[in-house]
Amino acid sequence: MKSATDHPALRVVVDLNRCQGYAQCCYAAPDAFAIRGHEILFYDPTPPAERRCAIERAVQACPVRAISLQAGPDDGDAL
Amino acid sequence: MTTEPAGLVVIGASLAGLRGAEALRQGGYDGPLTLVGAEAHRPYDRPPLSKHVLAGELRPDATRLPERTRLSARWHLGNAVVSLDRSARRLSLADGTALAYRKLLIATGAEARPWPAETGGGLAGIHTLRGRDDAASLRADLLAGPRRVLIVGGGLIGCEAASCLRDLGLPVTLVDSNSAPLARALGTWVGGVIAACLRESGAVFRPGTQVLRFEGDAAGRVARARLADGSIVEADLVIAALGATRATGWLRGAGLMADPGGLTCDAACRVLDMDGAPCPDIYAAGDVARWPSRLYGDRLVSVEHWGNAVEQAAHAARNMLAGPDDQRSYVHLPAYWSSQFGINIKAVGLTEGADAVAVVQGTRASRRFLAVYGRGGRSIAAVSFDQARWLPAYAEAIAAGAGFPPILDATDQPRIESAAPGFPSPRVAARSTEAVHG
Repeated sequence: MKSATDHPALRVVVDLNRCQGYAQCCYAAPDAFAIRGHEILFYDPTPPAERRCAIERAVQACPVRAISLQAGPDDGDAL
Repeated sequence: MTTEPAGLVVIGASLAGLRGAEALRQGGYDGPLTLVGAEAHRPYDRPPLSKHVLAGELRPDATRLPERTRLSARWHLGNAVVSLDRSARRLSLADGTALAYRKLLIATGAEARPWPAETGGGLAGIHTLRGRDDAASLRADLLAGPRRVLIVGGGLIGCEAASCLRDLGLPVTLVDSNSAPLARALGTWVGGVIAACLRESGAVFRPGTQVLRFEGDAAGRVARARLADGSIVEADLVIAALGATRATGWLRGAGLMADPGGLTCDAACRVLDMDGAPCPDIYAAGDVARWPSRLYGDRLVSVEHWGNAVEQAAHAARNMLAGPDDQRSYVHLPAYWSSQFGINIKAVGLTEGADAVAVVQGTRASRRFLAVYGRGGRSIAAVSFDQARWLPAYAEAIAAGAGFPPILDATDQPRIESAAPGFPSPRVAARSTEAVHG
């Protein structure tokens, strides 16, 4: 189980309308992305900070640019 | 009195609110920006709540969304807007704060329809599943090991929850008033595939009946449901998956065209006042917005899906920064996804009013297929079950208003036969909404 508070710097979301199941993210960052069944993408939305390079490779490898990543610090003044 | 400078204010710290705020910054706005959210959380992603969070694979707080732009925003969280004074250009927040604005983006979303109090809604153990806190509370109750979970409503959330709970090995009964699950979204002809999955998973599926009321034990915890067919289902945990109403209650008295069915906008995402005139300084996006859809004959639609929240918020933000003569119409082909019973379901378009459905790739028996919906000889929507690769081609045809079926003589295409899609008659509330707004 992953908690946002364990690794506050890394956050991922995938646009699953856009995702076409090319699975390039699964090769680039196998610890964070996996295909289940024929074409269900499961991913870790809060990967540990040390996986940053792999996640960035996954972002770049996605043929339809469906992956968003926040690797920087949080903005703003609350929570 | 407010001490903050009047800038752009986004109401709703949601997916739509966040993407709208990002688009304002990306569009070059560098003035004061404020986000107000009723919940205490920074914007989070809802789709995993009814899947991986229920399953215990992700913690509820792992759903917090990436913020893709430095927003340099002021955040008011856990502090709902309670009223809007348009003439003073001022918002009142629940804690008494007054907030001046220059322009507003309303993205307050929707609220789960609760089980009515008069038929047992106050009992402990009856859950809705929409927000992060809902998911956390439901997950905690699941860990306590319920004897049987009753899910009321076989829509997307009800079916995803049923799938998850069966994976956890919990006894599940799903009650739906239609003859198949997903009937309102996909019709009973396609929904029948999920009915078979439900039963195969070991869930008890009770179609064509309704829960009349819940009864509790001495401690005030739900113990059983009485059904319209006279039967009783013993259940100590309930998920009321009855859909959502739009979060517009705080706009009472604001003089806008708002009701539980949505906040009416023009095609440029500007909110309409009671006379039907667009407010030049108030925009809406996401679940709460109801707008004339060019792809569906300018019918007023509200679309409760992730993709619409993202696209409409960015579009509204773009128009907020543009001049009055440069207000562009929002043209959107609705799309959504769901995963349940190991199947990836993806859909495009609006099925409402469909008079025919046809499988154009694969077969229903294999549970891998793409089906197209037609209305009056035109293609209006499509759904894929584990066949997502075909969907973009059909989405393009649907957006272009192609005939039904839109693609013929394709490789591997089965012999195309149309069927009746089996949609239930519209809800009474939906009819009255249509009557009010034409």
